[in-house]
Amino acid sequence: MKKIKQRNKGTGYLGSAWGAQTFFLFITLCIVIIVSTGMGYISISSADVLKIITAKLTGKNAFLSGMDALFPVVVMDVRLPRILTAAIVGGGLALSGCVFQGILLNPLADPYTLGVSAGAAFGASIALLINFSFIGSYSVPLFAFTGATITLLFVLYLSSSSGGVSSNNLILSGIIVASILTAGLSFLKYLADEHVSVIVFWLMGSFGSRTWGDVGITLLFVMIGFSISLFFSRDLNLLAMGDRTASSLGVEARRVMLMMLITASLVAAVCVSVSGIIGFVGLLVPHMMRSLTGPDNRRLIPASLLCGAILLLCADTITRAVLPHEIPIGVLTALIGGPFFCYIFRQKQMGKTSV
Amino acid sequence: MGFHIDHICFSYEERKVLNDISLLLDPGHFYGIVGPNGCGKTTFIDLLMGHRRITSGSILYKGKNIASYSRKALAKEISLVPQNFYINFPFNAREIVMMGRYPYIPRFSPPSAEDIQVADEIMMKTGTKKFEDRYMTEMSGGERQRVIFARALAQDTPVLMLDEATSNLDISHTLNLLDIVADKVKQKGNTVIAVIQDINLAATYCDRMIFMKQGGIAAYGDTDEVLTEETIKTVFNVSSKVYSEPYSNSKKVAFIRE
Repeated sequence: MKKIKQRNKGTGYLGSAWGAQTFFLFITLCIVIIVSTGMGYISISSADVLKIITAKLTGKNAFLSGMDALFPVVVMDVRLPRILTAAIVGGGLALSGCVFQGILLNPLADPYTLGVSAGAAFGASIALLINFSFIGSYSVPLFAFTGATITLLFVLYLSSSSGGVSSNNLILSGIIVASILTAGLSFLKYLADEHVSVIVFWLMGSFGSRTWGDVGITLLFVMIGFSISLFFSRDLNLLAMGDRTASSLGVEARRVMLMMLITASLVAAVCVSVSGIIGFVGLLVPHMMRSLTGPDNRRLIPASLLCGAILLLCADTITRAVLPHEIPIGVLTALIGGPFFCYIFRQKQMGKTSV
Repeated sequence: MGFHIDHICFSYEERKVLNDISLLLDPGHFYGIVGPNGCGKTTFIDLLMGHRRITSGSILYKGKNIASYSRKALAKEISLVPQNFYINFPFNAREIVMMGRYPYIPRFSPPSAEDIQVADEIMMKTGTKKFEDRYMTEMSGGERQRVIFARALAQDTPVLMLDEATSNLDISHTLNLLDIVADKVKQKGNTVIAVIQDINLAATYCDRMIFMKQGGIAAYGDTDEVLTEETIKTVFNVSSKVYSEPYSNSKKVAFIRE
């Protein structure tokens, strides 16, 4: 009951409780980034990590005095690109999941519902199979992104009618296309023969050996996606009541729906193409956040972005620095996220939460 | 003023849903749309709201083509209580009613004192204030419908469309809500266009009735003139007895078992 009261205090959208939550999440994210940067084979104290980052940002090398010369290299060239990529991808997947759930009117939708992941997997597998490396390390991500985009367009085409797109049609089309692509993927794996392990590993996801280039690309897409989603977040609230109602309240329902679908799918596609397929973040995070912020997308979207970043970074840090052997991040998120989802789903059935 | 509907047709895919409808809907009336299931009542409302685009003909609202209005501008003119809706997210009643004020609130601004006051007033009037904190996902069908109704009232538009808006409500809430809108028609000269299944309820509130059949207009006019045994027979193919009833001061329709 306390939670309900809190939410009504700020009838506006920038209620003080909301501001505090967002600030708290943001600070948590910063702390997690700094602490996890210090963790690993070579342990670096948080103070040193801060010093190194400040030195690089301000260009004053005085901060680096009296420090192992290896530390700045480890932090700047090895760890930070990976850590930031993990955080940005986590935020992107959660953002995308949030938007999908809003548009498809289905709290069980995730960034992969429309077959984006299957398309990306298929594209990446082709690149890996024919050993395409025309544009260096970006070949596989580029193929993955292309696969995801073509899949998305095909799913949209398949589900559209003269009356626009309906959420049921979208989900159905997504499932159909994804299962065809999954079969295609099995065939590619069969063709790959002893080469199959490369494909399998790519599919399980990894943030290993990410570069600043990866950070830049994902950050760009996720930030653009975030801005668009936030701009239309109030319209997304109205779309949750059906397109007729949204329309009567001043939303260009079909246009906003299509634009948000494409935005969310492209964000998901970029995330998948740099990291492989990482499940459950996009499904779980908006769920968790909805019990904190309520379903208003103006609060939910920023909170999900931050929480997704924190969670995926924590998961990546566990597999990178805590576990004795690195296990694929996609496997880890599914192993932790799956049971956790069962738990909150059960809570919901018992009527303990309203999310 | 009002709606000027001129020879409109609407086809869905290959199927003709509405066929050559021409009507003049003046402001300041409570219109009732009555007709068998699937005769195109909801589609007709969608066209008037500009939610769907007509295949041919023209609809003028206040002398301007409905298609030339922006969605935002229309949201300040026409509101809708939809027939069925589903909501999977735990918005509470107050948040839903406040959505009715969205057309007046800039994207990232909190509601003004006036918006809050309007929402409060409407929630008191509609009796939804007492469960303003409850989640839509946890309400009964009737409670939810009242909240949705309150949301449309909060939108405070000169035209209100009701698409079987009281189908889940008990008689006391039905009368309460319809009284609120009927008062607005009388006092402010608002227009209500309501799809109503219950002919007797329609006869009590609507001063004009539109009978639809197979995508066309079967009869249209003042309720007293148009609500007759012949009309009922043509439109629904059932026998009835229509009589004036002094207690409600309106026409009533009695049906017999066939």
